[in-house]
Order: sequence, then C-alpha cells, then structure tokens
Amino acid sequence: MSEANQQPEMMSGGAMLIRALHDQGVKYVYGYPGGAVLHIYDAIHQQDKVEHILVRHEQAATHMADAYARATGKAGVVLVTSGPGATNAVTGIATAYMDSIPMVIITGQVMSHLIGDDAFQETDMMGISRPIVKHNMSVKNPADIPMMVKKAFYIAESGRPGPVVIDVPKDMTMPNGRFPYHYPTEVSLRSYNPVQKGHSGQIRKAANVLLSAKQPMIYSGGGIIMGDASNELRELAQLLGYPVTNTLMGLGGYPATDKQFVGMLGMHGTFEANNAMHHADVILALGARFDDRVTNNVKKFCPNATIIHVDIDPTSISKTIDSHIPIVGPVKPVIAELIEQIKASEQKPDAEALAAWWQQINEWRERKGGHYKTDNSGQIKPQQVVEAVWRLTKGDAYVTSDVGQHQMFAAQYYRFDKPYRWINSGGLGTMGFGLPAAMGVKLNFPEAEVVCVTGEGSIQMNIQELSTCKQYGLGVKILNLNNGYLGMVKQWQDMNYESRYSNSYMDSLPDFMKLAEAYGHIGITIRHIDELEAKLAEAFSYKDRLVFIDVIVDPTEHVYPMQVPMGKMNDMFLSKTERT
Amino acid sequence: MRHLLSVLMENEPGALARVVGLFAQRGYNIESLTVAPTEDKTLSRMTLVTKGEDKVIEQITKQLNKLIEVVKVIDLTEGAHVERELMLIKVKAPTPVREEIKRTADIFRGQIIDVTPTSYTIQLTGTSDKLDAFIEALSGMQILEVARTGVSGVSRGEKLLLV
Repeated sequence: MSEANQQPEMMSGGAMLIRALHDQGVKYVYGYPGGAVLHIYDAIHQQDKVEHILVRHEQAATHMADAYARATGKAGVVLVTSGPGATNAVTGIATAYMDSIPMVIITGQVMSHLIGDDAFQETDMMGISRPIVKHNMSVKNPADIPMMVKKAFYIAESGRPGPVVIDVPKDMTMPNGRFPYHYPTEVSLRSYNPVQKGHSGQIRKAANVLLSAKQPMIYSGGGIIMGDASNELRELAQLLGYPVTNTLMGLGGYPATDKQFVGMLGMHGTFEANNAMHHADVILALGARFDDRVTNNVKKFCPNATIIHVDIDPTSISKTIDSHIPIVGPVKPVIAELIEQIKASEQKPDAEALAAWWQQINEWRERKGGHYKTDNSGQIKPQQVVEAVWRLTKGDAYVTSDVGQHQMFAAQYYRFDKPYRWINSGGLGTMGFGLPAAMGVKLNFPEAEVVCVTGEGSIQMNIQELSTCKQYGLGVKILNLNNGYLGMVKQWQDMNYESRYSNSYMDSLPDFMKLAEAYGHIGITIRHIDELEAKLAEAFSYKDRLVFIDVIVDPTEHVYPMQVPMGKMNDMFLSKTERT
Repeated sequence: MRHLLSVLMENEPGALARVVGLFAQRGYNIESLTVAPTEDKTLSRMTLVTKGEDKVIEQITKQLNKLIEVVKVIDLTEGAHVERELMLIKVKAPTPVREEIKRTADIFRGQIIDVTPTSYTIQLTGTSDKLDAFIEALSGMQILEVARTGVSGVSRGEKLLLV
C-alpha cells in the first residue's frame, strides 16, 4: 500500500474519537448518553466496530471498564456526559486510581465558549478529577483527538497504571467538522518516561541478602497482577523455597493451593502469614505498598526485617516503611533478573535455617487461628458459602466482590490459583463495585463462570444494573450473603462501641428473589445449611442466566483473624473470646 | 529543613494547578512559590520553598516527578546555589522621616521606584532573610503594603536544570 500518497480520511471530531478507540483495539465502551456527548453517540451509531454498553448509572460504567482492566491488564473505556454524568463517574475513577487500574474516561463538556459560565450541566471535571487520576486532559482542537486518545492509553497502561480522563467540549465533536484522521502508532512524552528495568547493582544486593536469610518472607501485592509477573514470582519462590503471602490486591498472584502459600496478610490476614511477617529477618516486597491495612502500627512493623522493596512507583518506596534495598522498576523484569542472579550465585539458601523456619510456620498453620467454627443450629456461616462455591466452581471462577465482611470471607476462603481472577475494590473500598464488575468480566469472557460475592447492603448500591444484565444477557451469579446488617460496620460496633448498632441494621429489605424475577432473572433463596450445596448446584446449572442467590447467613459472625488496632503485625483477635 | 525546589514543567494550562493541588492534598507546606515561562516557551520553571523532614522532602520530590507534566525536579539546597527574592514595599514617608527611610533603603541597596509627597515605594532584591531584615529595619515606620515575589534560584557554576 502506498500509504504515503494516500489522502488521509477527513472526519469529524466525534467520528475520530470513536475511530481512534477502534484503532486502539477497543471493543466495548461503557457509558450513558447526554447532551454534551450526543455528537459522539451519533458517531457510535454510524459504525459497528466499537460497541457501546448502556448502563443504568454512570458509576456502573466505570466499574465495568475497571473490571475489564483487572481481568485483562488492558485499559477499559468509559463515555459519559458532562455535569452529573461526569460526577457520577467520580467514585469509579477514584476506585481505579486507588488500585492502579488502567482506564480511559471520556467525559463530555459544555461548548468551549461556555466553559466558566455555569452553563447547563457544566462542571469542572478537570478540577474535580485531578486528585483521582493519573492524568487528565482537555481537548482544545478536534484535530488533536487521535493523538490525545493514544496518549491517554499510553499513560493509563504504562508505568504504574491508572485512570486518565479526556474532557471533550461539545464543539470539539461537531458532526460537520472535517479533520484529517491519522492514528499514531506510538507516542513519546519528554516529561514521562516510566522506568523499564531495575538497577542491576541493587538487584545483586537483594539477591545476596535473600540468600543469606534465615527467616525470609515474600510479600507480594497487586503489582504482580497488573505487572503480569505471576509466573516469575512462582519461579522465584520455588527456586528459593521461601514462604509467600499476598495482599488483598495480590491474591491469585501466587497459587493459593500451593504449599508455600501462607495466605493473605494484614488486618484480616491469616495467623501464620502475620506471624511469619512479624518474625521475618528478610522481607521481599514485590509490587506492594505497605498499606495501613497491611502494616498495622508502622512503628511496631516487623522489627527484625531487612526490607527489599521492588515497585515501579518511586513514591511507594519508603513512604510508610523504610526500605533497606529499594529497587525501582517493573516487577516482571526485576524478578527475572533476580532469578538469574540467584541462579548464578555460588551461595544457596540456608537449608537448615529454612527447615526450622518452615517447621515454625507449619506450627502456626496447624493452630488454625481465626478459622470459623460450625455448629448444629442449621444456620449458614458465610464462610461455608464461599467454600462451597469454591468447590463448585473448582476454584476457577472470576470472583468479584463488594465491600465488607463478605469481601474478606471471599478473600480468605476462595483460594485463587490464577491471577486476574479476584476483582475487588481494595484501596477505596467502594460498595456497589461488585455487580458492575462482574458484568464487565462476563461481557468480555462470556464462557467463564463469574460470581459476584456481595451483601444485602452493597448490592443495593448498584442494584439497578440488573436491568443492564437483562439487556445484554449477562449471566453472572450473584451470591448475596444476607445477614440483615452492614456486617463490617456491625462488627466494629460490636468490638468498639459495645454493640450499639447505629444505623447498621437494614430494615425493609426487598424480597431479592422476586426482585431478580421482576428484572427477568432467576432468584433462589437458601436458608438452611442442609440445602446449601444442592441449591448452589442448581443456581450454577443455569449456564447463561443471571441467578440471584440470596443466602440467609448467621448475622452474628465476625471476620477473624483481625489485627488489634495500633499493634504489631501479629497482634490479632482470633475469635470473639481469643486474642494473641 | 528549608528546601528550595526547582521544577521544570510543560507550559500547559492546568500544570500549576496540579502542583498546588498535590501540596494541598498531601498536606505539604508551601512557604513560597513562583512560576513563569523560561527561554523555551514550551517550558515553565517553578521555584518552591518548602519545609519538612528529609523523608517528607523525599516524598515531595518523588510526587512532583510523578506528575505527567513535570519534566525535572531538583533540590537547589542540596548544593551550592544562589537565590533571590524581590519585594515592593510601600511606606508612609512624611517629611520628618523621609531622609531616614531613604538612608535605610540605601544601606540595603534598595531603590525608591515611586514617590508621592507622603509615600515611598521601595524595590529590594535579595535573600528572604535580607528582605525580612529590611522590614524589621523599617519597623518604626508605617508600612502600607508589602508585595513579595517568592524565592527564585539557580545552582552555582556549571550545574544546570535542563530538559
């Protein structure tokens, strides 16, 4: 083809925007129309390459795009109108930002000449979104649109990923506009050059320290998932024979059923993981950020540990916990180089020390600290439901969650062996995330089993999306762990407020079964432990249907272990009556 | 404790808001801030005076670098540097003290750039300490207005802040 001689196609700004998304490889755009984006919606209507998914509330669009990104590593795309459309998207943008999820959000804006005049549906989205985006930009000239789209994806997906907002004034998308269309193949920014590899000298140092460790721990986070480094992590851990713990965001980064996995760490981490961290002499932190839900009191954090911290974002290093050997770089090549250095080294891990360390860890494991207990009441424990679903789905489902006790039960009892399967709002803790997230995954992986673990509080924050599910035939399974309370709030009120349940009881709940049916789905209610397995099996037998599984669970159950506030990593409540 | 940060950034609308927003969101101090385009019209140079523990300054520097539009950040106070601030100060100058004010301004190498029968406006350039000292020296006078630019600075000698 003689591209050079060819005249570029002349297009309107709106048409260029959609074409650019297509050329970027985008299949779905999640959104909701409105005045400022009508030209763009008209451009969508006139092509059939990029499909628009119409949600019922803009927040759901952001979570769908976000979940697509969490399941694939690629940026999801959102399109909303100005004003309320944009502000409704804010929670979802902040959710993605806190968990470093790549996303491109196109927000409509009033005509350029009206900006600043308090025009109808005007809001300063550049200002509102600034603290919760990796970057944002406003279109000043329609001809710039293809380059801006390219830039947005590049920034969103490279380095430490994050959401990027493109604010598009309506006059930038006028249908009568004609601009030469050309989609750039690459983009470079002089002020943004994410690091491509780690410092070899530091990696060598890290290898030496790791090989000299007596009580080592590998602590890995969401960076392993988004950095596509779970294979490297597994190779490294198995080469060394060291124990691995994952953060909430990092679950699935290391296979949960592997014997070297000691479970999640932190506030609701396992007894063994938190103890092993506290007693470790070397901690290798990979794509994790020493979040306050992990460290507990930073002053008492792992007193004997030499800390090696690998992260792509220099601001994460020594932010809360000082790092002895900082390595700035993407986890994938850094771990690969670490493996090489370790293999090349004459030193081998201290087998004797390691055997003693594993013996200690196994003793902690056998104590089963914080495990739930069953009784003969017939009441269902929420943890049992998660375990039953894990068995039923052979541990291979995509599991999304909302926020609260059910989220922790899912994290603790669904054992993820693969990355990209556990999809939850870790950093921001956004209730209402679970259902739209499940929808985003199911749409893109129609053959996969997708389960949304939720509660009767969270699910009602985006329940209107049952309608979207009907429209697009999204056969997700909603597992509603219904205890009639905002469970995590209630748990804190039990523990810190002498059980004064201020506004944590949910009165007047709908009949979820009928509600699901009203939207054209299937509803199943499970009340007794004896019917749990059979009814779950029935629910999962409806392959392409959305099934709302309302499981009435023990309202008194708490999430354990739970770290004692302001304590050490291994100061934990293990039940209502036991603490370490 | 006191640090002078020089920030080279894209001369684009919103870039300044990002820097100011960063300081506000993360609770960092700004003592003074000055910004203007450089000889290269596509770049702005900002000089920030901030105070904090080394750990905080390290975070500030990293966070600034993380902003997409920031091209480069240096901490001028890490090495030899020169810094200047400009002040315009308007004082009441009735006949009995007119001479004294002028003498004081001369001692500080200030220039009187606007004169009325009852007031002087003096321009003074120097380090922030010198400007403070001048205000102190005029403490017996009636100061009407003070406008300071905030500190600007460069490294001494060969060291440059370039793209």
